[in-house]
Amino acid sequence: MKKTLLALGLGTAMSVAAAAAATAGTLADVKAKGHVQCGVSQGLPGFSNADAKGNWAGLDVDICRGMAAAIFGDATKVKYTPLSSKERFTALQSGEIDVLSRNTTWTATRDTALGLNFAGVNYYDGQGFMVRKSLGVTSALQLGGAAVCTNTGTTTELNVADYFRANNMKFEVVAFEKSDEVVGAYDKGRCDVYTTDASGLYAQRLKLTNAKDHIVLPEIISKEPLGPVVRQGDDQWFNLVRWTLNAMINAEEMGITSANVESMLTSKNPAVLRLVGKEGSFGENLGVGNDWAYNIIKQVGNYGESFERNVGPKTPLGIARGVNALWSKGGIMYAPPIR
Amino acid sequence: MTTISDEPSGKVSLWYDPRVRSMVSQVILIGLIAWGFYALVTNTIHNLERLKIASGFDFLGTNAGFTLIQSLIEYDQTATYGRAFMVGLLNTFYVAIIGIVLATILGFLVGVARLSKNWVISRVATVYVEVLRNIPLLLQIIIWYKILLLLAPGKREFGNILGIGNFNITGLWTPKFIAQDGFWVTGIAIVIAIALAWMVARWASKRQQATGQQFPSFWAGLAIVIGLPLLVFFATGSPGIVEHPEFVSEGSMLRRGFKPGVGFVFIPEFLALLFALVLYTATFIAEIVRAGILAVDHGQTEAAGALGLRRGKILRLVVIPQAMRVIIPPLTSQYLNLTKNSSLAMAIGYPDVMGAGGIVLNQSGQAVEIIIMIMVVYLTFSLVTSVFMNWYNAKMSLVER
Repeated sequence: MKKTLLALGLGTAMSVAAAAAATAGTLADVKAKGHVQCGVSQGLPGFSNADAKGNWAGLDVDICRGMAAAIFGDATKVKYTPLSSKERFTALQSGEIDVLSRNTTWTATRDTALGLNFAGVNYYDGQGFMVRKSLGVTSALQLGGAAVCTNTGTTTELNVADYFRANNMKFEVVAFEKSDEVVGAYDKGRCDVYTTDASGLYAQRLKLTNAKDHIVLPEIISKEPLGPVVRQGDDQWFNLVRWTLNAMINAEEMGITSANVESMLTSKNPAVLRLVGKEGSFGENLGVGNDWAYNIIKQVGNYGESFERNVGPKTPLGIARGVNALWSKGGIMYAPPIR
Repeated sequence: MTTISDEPSGKVSLWYDPRVRSMVSQVILIGLIAWGFYALVTNTIHNLERLKIASGFDFLGTNAGFTLIQSLIEYDQTATYGRAFMVGLLNTFYVAIIGIVLATILGFLVGVARLSKNWVISRVATVYVEVLRNIPLLLQIIIWYKILLLLAPGKREFGNILGIGNFNITGLWTPKFIAQDGFWVTGIAIVIAIALAWMVARWASKRQQATGQQFPSFWAGLAIVIGLPLLVFFATGSPGIVEHPEFVSEGSMLRRGFKPGVGFVFIPEFLALLFALVLYTATFIAEIVRAGILAVDHGQTEAAGALGLRRGKILRLVVIPQAMRVIIPPLTSQYLNLTKNSSLAMAIGYPDVMGAGGIVLNQSGQAVEIIIMIMVVYLTFSLVTSVFMNWYNAKMSLVER
């Protein structure tokens, strides 16, 4: 019995004990090891997806690249850890990754009881439904009796249960851990409906055998603000993640792009000069160089550029800006000023 | 003359005293283990506090909010995390118990078949064993799942398997028996019938020992176990109905297919897991059975033959009872393996204790608590199985007089 108790203790304590190593502050640790360890998805086109050569790209990946640019002046100094929806928080809590940028919804539970902090929102999403055209369904309210495929351990799983219950419809959820398994089961006809964040539906539809046979229903049934996540209790690191995102949004608002950032160094606009590091000591206050935002914009681009490159109308996903447009252009993307 | 004496002279220093040394080393070992355990626990608690992760088991009473695809007890999204965990636990038992029974039957058949003098039968058994036990189980589970999804007709049509039930991609649908008021009398009748059959068997074996006269106690027992409950069931006015699955083939597309909740369904995730677990574990059981039978000396068979016993009786009365002594201990570990391997169900979305527990872990964030609970579950189940099999082994072993 002694042995079993010990083994029991060993197993449980291992994951948590591992976190004890990282205590000096995440930024110092990251600087010491020379790269940002970034938790991403196992492959969601447009958000975090690796190409055949293993190069990661996407809207979520750009946050990590931006952070590497801010810290090291080199956006390539990122190492990626692909995580399932189920593994992601444990990986962050245990210190296996420095930041989680993996289309993760900001909720109260996650922000409080899980010991995590959301550093902002880089994509305002909402949950939608995809069905086969042959079903003849035009509204989510006609889905009573449907079998629904989705990811386990997500807010999606909870929202769909709420939605069907609120509308008094019968349903059955078939949940898998990996997105590829969910899409595969839906594709083979195990389910009538595939539900996840609307952006994810467009992305995953590309993987179906006959993408044209499927439609996304008009209803959006939830608020899914997606953003990067860090551990609680390290404000310096939290600030760096938050302001990396803010810098990208502010840059778009000021019209600074990766193409013109060089010329902006001699701008007459003091707000621009503050952002690119010619005035003030905003970078130093964050614990990095004053040219932090310059590097982000130069190497990764502003938020609008990242959006257009990864998920925008010209990409296979073809998502319009919608609510993700700047506040000044009818959306809700808004960043506090750098001042 | 000087002699070297074995007896302690009384002057040996404590350092060289074997008893003291063994005591000291054991105390040190226990101390180290206790210290290691203490360090792990306090470290964990400290780090959880440092990471600001709430701990304790209070979360089990919180509303779960998610649904599970299969539950043997009442469960929906308004139930608690604790109940969701219970559902997973029962799902594990469900697949493990059915799996153990089927794997044992198949394993015995294949094990005997490999020893058959019929060339075709023994070759087929050999190929089956050698192929399936050498393919990783996870792969087999996934392959079975893909095969089931690919072969099964779509949701709005169905096929039939040998009259057992209708199937399509939503699963294998079979009639369900629903007990009604008054069925408990039949339940009692079943218990009484089993007790009666056991008494008949005892009486028959005693009589045979005393007089040498044989009695067909197996057939008599079978007749009692089946006949008595049936008689009582009809006498009490047939308190139960058989509910057949309903297939809707008209109306809107989404409503076509088997009507949910009518009849009994084995979902494809369960079937794929069961097939894989049974086929994989049965190969090992077959080898254990074959080894057990081969371990019985051939002289035993010859001696029994010389006494004039027929082949079937030689196997049943002489060979198998002796083979069981060799078979049972490794058979136990196969049962344990099957139970633990059922946790691979996660790969195909079957909500066993690992899967359902994993969802609770993810939605509540209580990793340490959930992992401890899952470990306790597997540990308890394994220990209970071991205790039972050890008891059975002791019962079957040679009684030396």
